[in-house]
Amino acid sequence: MSIRLAPRWALTPVPESGAERLARTFRDADRPLFVPYVMGGYPDLESSARHAAILAEHADIIELGIPFSDPLADGPTIQAAGQVALDAGVRPWDVLAIAEGLKGGPPVVVMTYFNTVIAHGASDFLGRAADAGVAGIIIPDLPVDEAGDIRTAARASGVALIALAAPTTDDARMQEIGEQSEGFVYLVAVTGVTGGEMTMDDRLRSLVDRARRHIPVPVVVGFGVRTPEQAREIGDIADGVVIASEIIRRIGDAPDPAAADAMVEQFGAGISAALRA
Amino acid sequence: MSVTMRFGPYGGRYVPETVIGALDELTAAFERYRDEPEFLGELGELLGHYVGRPTPIYRARRLEEAWDLSSELWLKREDLCHTGAHKINNALGQVLLAQRMGKQRIIAETGAGQHGVATATASALLGLECRVYMGRTDMHRQRLNVIRMRMLGAEVMPVDSGSGTLKDATSEAIRDWVTNVEHTHYIIGSAVGPAPYPEIVAHFQSIIGIESRAQMLDEVGVLPGTVVACVGGGSNAIGIFRGFLDDPDVALVGVEAGGEGLGGLHGASLAKGSPGVLHGSFSYLLQDPDGQVAEAHSVSAGLDYPGVGPEHSHLRDLGRVTYSNATDEAALSAFLECSRREGLIPALETSHALAYVRDSAATLAGPVLVCLSGRGDKDVDQAGAALGIDASA
Repeated sequence: MSIRLAPRWALTPVPESGAERLARTFRDADRPLFVPYVMGGYPDLESSARHAAILAEHADIIELGIPFSDPLADGPTIQAAGQVALDAGVRPWDVLAIAEGLKGGPPVVVMTYFNTVIAHGASDFLGRAADAGVAGIIIPDLPVDEAGDIRTAARASGVALIALAAPTTDDARMQEIGEQSEGFVYLVAVTGVTGGEMTMDDRLRSLVDRARRHIPVPVVVGFGVRTPEQAREIGDIADGVVIASEIIRRIGDAPDPAAADAMVEQFGAGISAALRA
Repeated sequence: MSVTMRFGPYGGRYVPETVIGALDELTAAFERYRDEPEFLGELGELLGHYVGRPTPIYRARRLEEAWDLSSELWLKREDLCHTGAHKINNALGQVLLAQRMGKQRIIAETGAGQHGVATATASALLGLECRVYMGRTDMHRQRLNVIRMRMLGAEVMPVDSGSGTLKDATSEAIRDWVTNVEHTHYIIGSAVGPAPYPEIVAHFQSIIGIESRAQMLDEVGVLPGTVVACVGGGSNAIGIFRGFLDDPDVALVGVEAGGEGLGGLHGASLAKGSPGVLHGSFSYLLQDPDGQVAEAHSVSAGLDYPGVGPEHSHLRDLGRVTYSNATDEAALSAFLECSRREGLIPALETSHALAYVRDSAATLAGPVLVCLSGRGDKDVDQAGAALGIDASA
């Protein structure tokens, strides 16, 4: 018979789960949250870590993308950024290391395609994410009805599995997504892939309104948000705003790393100010 | 009867939330119309008078002789279908579904161009707008089919991402669908993609197997000992196999793209891949340890795909179907032998199945039935260059 050590939870206070941490972040802020996206490894690992750290000064949650060879939900900007990272040999663990470097800052959620999660086994991946301090995970090609096993593994690791809802999601499904999702629900503003351009119109207003009526957790809106004005318009009706492709595009347009850093600082400060106004 | 969403552990719907509603709608439409008399009447009329079904089975005596086969070799002549390959069976079935769902716009991906041509044809026939995504590499090597699609009124969109082949074209078609899902139907050409596509494609292609089985019994008097078909995504293979899955004495063989050989670049997902998710379904896949999808290689654009349909993955695990492969070189020589011995220029895809029969002759139970999935007109530029045959005076 082996000697059993007391489990860790018996010796230390139960650590806060990712879902609890995210919930606290929304609760503590009395304004819409700013969730900028950084593609891990774009334009290179060091720069993306630096950009994430700069944005952490202005952001409420950081979304870190893991590059994938076949990103079905992404438009050309994020596809190309991911390809740059893959061509340089960036691996999922390199991106988790960026998350680890952000410990002590705002919560980090990882955006990754499903095949990356299961390649080494979901429990392994989620365990490593949890060790890196990741609070939540967004898997754009894992609809709620396929998420059973992963949800169990995510709960066991303390990583919130954040579901997505779309303009084409009906009310009953919104409800289901709201019940399943942990931390928040990522509401896709446009019928389409990342990198388009949203327009604040009645259709989007009624979508956000519908989502908030059926989803009990906070609703964060993304896809196609580019400017501080758009961020503010979304912020007026939602619990948070994701900005992704626009940041990647601006990084790509910067003439040198110093200019990219300065742009990220200025852009992050601008969006943050717009959401606090 | 409900619609199969998983084959053992394989299949599923790993796609963005945006298209889940459309997949539900397609599932419901398929369930409603699959056996509805009016739908079957319209499809049957088209298959009979427009496509030219039933396609015959033909005994290839000169290949039997050349390859020293101890048994009869029968070819299921899908190359005789209108547009030159089996792809039209599925394109017509799906376009009729699209019409009933009220979708005005059709999109498709294509590798060799046969599915693109079939979809462009079916769209022209029903007066629907059609856009086909095709990798740039494939546009070069299947030039004839690009011209055909454009003549049929379809818009051919070049895809430059990745290696510019079928995988990339499929990803781009899915992105279009995610964006335009409200009025667009995506006609997937192979038995791949999110459920219910693998089942729908297999269903519309199963006519190959149903006809073949009856024809073997009628004309040969026995069931085949072995049925052989090439496998990229696996639509012609699943179509013919479905006719024989319940006949335990009929050996089924799928032939994947061996490319440069399994030590080099190839498209043999079932031989060398591992289960993962690509293009919406869980199935065998060529991938690196982190799950990044690898680039496949084959001389034939239609087999140049790192994934495979989920039903094939299940049949592989069950051991019901044996999956083998043939190299580029073996396929090219079989292409030429079939052309010169039988006067049938087969598609390069199909040539893989023929190469397998030639190279495994001694071990195959007869009679052997091969799905001659398509004709090779589209391949003359590429095969000619590889074989040193051109049009110079």
